[in-house]
Amino acid sequence: MNDLSSMLSPEDQGAIFAALGRKPTPLESACFENIWSEHCSYRSTRHLLRTLPTTGPGVILGPGDDAAIVRFSDTISLAVGMESHNHPSYVDPHDGAATGVGGIVRDVLSMGARPIALMDPLYFGNLNEEKNRYLLEHVVAGIGGYGNCIGVPVVRGDLVFDNSYKGNPLVNVVCVGTVSPGRFLTARVKKAGNHLVLIGSRTGRDGLGGASFASRDLSEESEAEDRPSVQIGDPYTEKLLIEAILEMAETGKLLACRDLGAAGLAGASSEMCGELGGEFHADRVHMRETGMNEVEIMLSESQERMLVEVSPSDVNLIGKIAEKYDLMWSDIGKVITEPYYRIYLNGEIVCNLPLDLLVDGAPPCEWVKTPYFPEKPYSPVQMDLKELALNVLSHPEVAGKDWVFTQYDHDVQLRTISIAHDAALLRLGGEMLALSCGCNPRHIYLAPRPGTENTVYENAANLACVGAKPLCIVNCLNFASPMHPDIAWQIEESVLGMGTMARKLETPVVGGNVSLYNESDEFNTTILPTPSIGILGKGDILQHKVPEEGSEIALVGVTGEHFGGSVIDTITGCGGAAPPTVPDVSCLQKIHDYVNSTFVGSVTDLSQGGLLAGLAELTPHARVKLEGDAVTNLFSETYGRFLVAFSNESNLKGLDYQVIGTIDGDSLFIQCGNRSIIINDDERTHAFETLTETLERKK
Amino acid sequence: MRFAVIQFGGSNCDRDTHYVLSDLLNIETDLIWYKERLNRDYDAIILPGGFSYGDYLRAGAIAARTPIMNDIIDHAKKGKLVLGICNGAQICAESGLVPGTFTTNISNLFICKRVSLKVKNNKSPFTKNFNAGEVISLPIAHKEGRFLVDEVKGSGFSEKENVVFTFCDENGDNGNSSNPNGSLHGITGVLSDSGNVLAMMPHPERASELLLGSNEGIKIFTSMRDHIENSKK
Repeated sequence: MNDLSSMLSPEDQGAIFAALGRKPTPLESACFENIWSEHCSYRSTRHLLRTLPTTGPGVILGPGDDAAIVRFSDTISLAVGMESHNHPSYVDPHDGAATGVGGIVRDVLSMGARPIALMDPLYFGNLNEEKNRYLLEHVVAGIGGYGNCIGVPVVRGDLVFDNSYKGNPLVNVVCVGTVSPGRFLTARVKKAGNHLVLIGSRTGRDGLGGASFASRDLSEESEAEDRPSVQIGDPYTEKLLIEAILEMAETGKLLACRDLGAAGLAGASSEMCGELGGEFHADRVHMRETGMNEVEIMLSESQERMLVEVSPSDVNLIGKIAEKYDLMWSDIGKVITEPYYRIYLNGEIVCNLPLDLLVDGAPPCEWVKTPYFPEKPYSPVQMDLKELALNVLSHPEVAGKDWVFTQYDHDVQLRTISIAHDAALLRLGGEMLALSCGCNPRHIYLAPRPGTENTVYENAANLACVGAKPLCIVNCLNFASPMHPDIAWQIEESVLGMGTMARKLETPVVGGNVSLYNESDEFNTTILPTPSIGILGKGDILQHKVPEEGSEIALVGVTGEHFGGSVIDTITGCGGAAPPTVPDVSCLQKIHDYVNSTFVGSVTDLSQGGLLAGLAELTPHARVKLEGDAVTNLFSETYGRFLVAFSNESNLKGLDYQVIGTIDGDSLFIQCGNRSIIINDDERTHAFETLTETLERKK
Repeated sequence: MRFAVIQFGGSNCDRDTHYVLSDLLNIETDLIWYKERLNRDYDAIILPGGFSYGDYLRAGAIAARTPIMNDIIDHAKKGKLVLGICNGAQICAESGLVPGTFTTNISNLFICKRVSLKVKNNKSPFTKNFNAGEVISLPIAHKEGRFLVDEVKGSGFSEKENVVFTFCDENGDNGNSSNPNGSLHGITGVLSDSGNVLAMMPHPERASELLLGSNEGIKIFTSMRDHIENSKK
């Protein structure tokens, strides 16, 4: 066997030797290497994550378990988690993305919750390169193939394109589940003497060392070298596992439950045993291959496996339910009182570690932080206004996403009211669950703290536009390597900005993950800062429709000159003196109230593509008159602005607005000072179909 | 009156279909795990959508060879109703309950969207409550839904007798642009020769409440209910 301890830093090796008073065994080294990785232990970011607000009246279980539990109503609690599967999705986009879905679904399942919805914010290099189109195509097929098969609808997503992602695309997935209040499970073992039963797929050599793989940057040879690190998903087994675990949970005999994800059985079993201790027999694990050694068995990241705690008298009952679903199971260990993590192979001890050292002992990493100031002054855009408008509408972040969402079964489980508005709308127990996700990395790069504040604000604004109020936030903190001082600063600023806006919105951040080292040696790129979030909201089920002809159009909020990182900046390279400022949150309540007094579809918030994108989306047939600079009016991406179609002006009371036009005619006519443009249906449709046509190779 | 919805490993519209029948229509409906077999008589059996056996081998191929299918074929031989939806339709075709086969969409992609359908036959037990030629909107969600059948003489397939639904545009016109998956003549709902088995790719259970976008699909279930009630009189 290789000397795996060489993959630990000399400092870590020293700390381990000092604590144990001996050289670790090969399995012990492998456990440290994986469980002390950033992916599992948050050693670079733990102190920062502590600054986020994580509590609130609706939070039943905050960060720390597989997923968080949040109150939705008297009869329904939500389980929610968010995870990245970035590195595997570059090496093998289909399977990497598919297993990303599988992993977060099992996180929610391990809380005893039925998974009911998925969201997938995705970040890729520009689509003019074949490789990036290939990656997007296969990631979407992987997410769809897995989500469709297990019958969990993907109802929302986000797509961002920037060449900083070309060697390192990001695949983030949010999963939401439901569970009866007081019936949720946790991953902490309850009592010494109880058995630990492994259920699901057989263990093979796939995905070895995935946790440490995920915490490395991608080297040029990564595709060839790392392929064995990518796991292959089996959604059919996952579906059986969902039904089996829920049936087991229903019996009340599952005392704790944990998904096997990063660092495989070693990660799950050591963290599960927490304050007590555990001993396991690696040779009792049901295996797919012969001759696997203890490191391979314990660190394998074979998918679709769960570990559950049951009392000794219930082992057979649980086993029978597994067999009903044709799932294999093995009784592999038990909870002990000594605070030790002990693994046997054929009766011999191959790992014997103090649990606190393994699970909580990773020394925190401190990185040097240096601020950066990337401002590039705005140089006026020379492009013809109409050409610019059509370029904005056909930009893949603004254009229609039909090509993506028609590949996802978004209707299964009969909750989806609409995926057409600013947030996805699901009915849940007579009320409405609203979901939004994503972030704006270009803005965040320019000013990480206000940029991240704005990203949280924008997602909350999406909820307000469908008449919902936020319940909680989950995140994936995707960044480059914190070993670069400017990145270390960027991470800190982003997390602080997220916390600031979450506090202003009184919305707790209940979970998520951290994905660092998103860099590519192949292209010499580091990703833009991508603190991607998912937000869950609640509201009443409202009527939703398109605004009627004759309605007037109001612009809420004040437009500034915010071009840096905007869609027109990506098209023209115009730059921008200052990134968008952070708006006052009080407007969200007023928008929420307005939507509740009218209907969903009467308001949209303005984000990528500015006012023009909003008009083309909400009021494609209208006459609009604006004052001042046309480029600023139409394309600036100032936050805190909304487009409202109204028929009764008294409903707008309290909002800071100006009336800019009327829904009328059969095209979009915009006059601004002495400049005017007309965009007819064909032009708009053609522009909006660009993403589909690009991916169908028609453009 | 009693319906059964069969659950195979990988079925994922079983609970949705059960909800529409029992909660919206108050029809007594059992969810039956395929290993349990059919232990009593039912008036109608529904094979729901999903990915039985993960669609491994071919969609519906493995489920079609499970022992419970013998019970369902016996049930159909008595002239009782069987409705196969999406993966259930693929199972019906794989087990020979209906003519033809469902193969991979011409785009090679999974397609989930609302489509218009033309009711070509409103005399069947599944479509009595529709008007002849009526255009309805139902969602599809499949990757292997392209219906193909051998049209040679003597194959037993007749476009007039066996076809219940075809894809069309909003005005009811059939044509390639309204055919999302490349099915022969846009066929997406096919009857057995004896008329008591319907295999359809669109999901009527997803079009059973206005809140979720359409309630035009529920008429398939009410047609079945009314047909059974009338035949019991």
